[in-house]
Amino acid sequence: MSAIQDTPTLAAAAPRASIARRSVWLALGLAAALAPLWLLESFHLFQLTMAVIMSLAVLGLNIVTGYNGQISLGHGAFFAIGAYVTAILMAQADWSFYATLPFAAAVCGMVGYAVGLPALRLGGLYLALVTFSLAVAVPQLLKHRALEGWTGGVQGLFLMKPEPPAWLTARVAITPDQFMYLVALVVAALCYLLAWNLIRGRIGRALMATRDHPTAAEAMGMDIAALKTRAFAVSAMITGVAGALSAAAVEFVAPDSFTFLLSISLFVGMVVGGVASILGSVFGGLFVLFVPNIAESISRAAPGVIYGIILIVFLFVLPDGVAGLVRRVLARLGGRAS
Amino acid sequence: MTTTRRLLLAGSAGAIAAPLAAPRIAAAQEAPGVTATEIHIGSTNALSGPASSYSVISRCLEGMFRRLNDEGGVGGRRVRFTVYDDGYQPPRTLEQTRRLVERDRVAFLFNQLGTPTNNAVHRYVNQRRVPHLFLATGADKWANPREFPYTMGWQPSYRVEAQIYTKHVLEQRPNAKIALLYQNDDFGRDYLHGVQDVLGDRFRAMVVTATNEATDPTIDSQIVQLQATGADVLICGVIPRFAAQAIRRVHDIGWRPMMFMTNVSVSVGVVMQPAGVEKGVGLITSDYRKDQSDPAWANDPGMNEWRQFMQRYIPDGDLGDNNYTYGYGVGATMIQVLRQCGNDFSRENVMNQARNIRPMQLATLLPGVMVQSQPDNYNVIRQMQLQRWNGSSWERFGNVIEGAGS
Repeated sequence: MSAIQDTPTLAAAAPRASIARRSVWLALGLAAALAPLWLLESFHLFQLTMAVIMSLAVLGLNIVTGYNGQISLGHGAFFAIGAYVTAILMAQADWSFYATLPFAAAVCGMVGYAVGLPALRLGGLYLALVTFSLAVAVPQLLKHRALEGWTGGVQGLFLMKPEPPAWLTARVAITPDQFMYLVALVVAALCYLLAWNLIRGRIGRALMATRDHPTAAEAMGMDIAALKTRAFAVSAMITGVAGALSAAAVEFVAPDSFTFLLSISLFVGMVVGGVASILGSVFGGLFVLFVPNIAESISRAAPGVIYGIILIVFLFVLPDGVAGLVRRVLARLGGRAS
Repeated sequence: MTTTRRLLLAGSAGAIAAPLAAPRIAAAQEAPGVTATEIHIGSTNALSGPASSYSVISRCLEGMFRRLNDEGGVGGRRVRFTVYDDGYQPPRTLEQTRRLVERDRVAFLFNQLGTPTNNAVHRYVNQRRVPHLFLATGADKWANPREFPYTMGWQPSYRVEAQIYTKHVLEQRPNAKIALLYQNDDFGRDYLHGVQDVLGDRFRAMVVTATNEATDPTIDSQIVQLQATGADVLICGVIPRFAAQAIRRVHDIGWRPMMFMTNVSVSVGVVMQPAGVEKGVGLITSDYRKDQSDPAWANDPGMNEWRQFMQRYIPDGDLGDNNYTYGYGVGATMIQVLRQCGNDFSRENVMNQARNIRPMQLATLLPGVMVQSQPDNYNVIRQMQLQRWNGSSWERFGNVIEGAGS
């Protein structure tokens, strides 16, 4: 997955030799994703599960902000809505976790579409503020009395993470943590595959054209309004699925879990990982989860300062994100080889 | 062959030693987070983010464990206290708690901050049977030994506070008609439950209630409505903004009930002055801590002990911050439990000692307020003393009153 997506234009004219190389990359990526199942103990596996979930959330943000150029500072709200849809259905209606996933995606898609409508009139900074207000409002709405019967108010909701099924536990020894990682990985991989297909195809090029030159895109016959609102819907859907996964992994949701800081850290993850890059979203998720921990281990007194310094260093050293670095290194290696 | 012999040898050695030392040695070896020289205790707090003003509690506790180690530790071991930052975000709390339990392998968890944050780990720690002791939150749900035997709060909950007010009412005016104004959320409903606990079947006949939303602009209409019922007692479980409104409104419409205000909302600067200091005369609230600004404690041995501690271990700490008197009390409770453990710091024994604290006084708590626990009652502090507003300050009166228990 990793190497493929960065060369969308090559895909059309791909010589056969590169297909072999690509499957090698795919196998390596698969191995890297599955190895932690055996290598890591449960706590680190839990962290990695959260990192996979965060990278999925960053991917959602990347579609609307990275590829379509609409700045959103409110993706924490979609994350929260996805988490709450799953939590409410599981805790109040006894649904199975898997059944809630499409539902969470659909609800977030609809909300995303609705948020995309004002985006047609508001651009740039103004849109950023509108989405930001969404991120500020959602945690408070979740506490509201009218919804309290469903959302559990400030106390939040408890749920159980999906248990490994009997046919699996009968064959291999698998812990609930390992299984949760596997579930997150499979769901995330599917979403990444969908996003990759979307981006490298006609729609992806239209999204980027709208971002780079809306007037020209419209002159070429693209329906900008439809593109923008749908980009928002797809983006919200993916981030919402990430939220649903996080509700299951944490087994608890509360309004305080989804403050506006979450939206900001997703945005930071996207920029650091690489704007308009699918591989970058993976690194973005790792950054969102692990850098605050690294900052804390360096200085307990002022983790915020260390976090800021790490962020600035990243932006100076890697102006086009981690994905940009990978791309450059690969290009150099490729150049030397040929 | 050799294996069998070795096993036999070990077995017989064990059999001989068993009556003397085996249980102790075994416990010390099996207990996670405990070595021959050290006990490792974990905690989470909001070291960053909007709630980070509470992080001074962790500083205070670190200072107390440092003092304990300087004095030779406990059970021949030093205490290592690890606090991780959760930024007051529940998912981070779970992550950090799992780090403490699974990676750092701490002996147990102590004084984690916040209600939503502790909610996120409540089930996890009870499934894993990790003691989750003396939490820094005022919610009522932590005293539930039947369903969550490993979790224990410390400070009196809002529910206990309401029980205490109701008991005082019954003592003073057995035939009172009580008006209860509470905020329609978990905080406010704890007051409703507390009044119900004490009155039981009489609740319906004796009490009229009105609620407000945290988002309401005013609570004037609720006050007028309650007055019209002819109530002669008013108990308020509302946040500071509404507390000031209620005090002023009750005075202005000429209602003179025996009025109680939650101790969350009695700050002189934030509530009493905006309400009008003369309008609040006679208002009753409660506390369990000694107020460090009260001249009555200027030469109090307990508070002097606390001041000396602050001077030595946290010289730059703000002596006006009552999180330090809170921290001192909760830290002293923890150290008492460790002392009770003797030489066995296994999770089972720590929990067992934590639920069997014989009533004791602490330096920073009001005289007569006891710290205690029983296997069926996890309300560690269940007593408070009432205090009345005299127009310029709060005056304590009467004896400490005990809540109805869980």
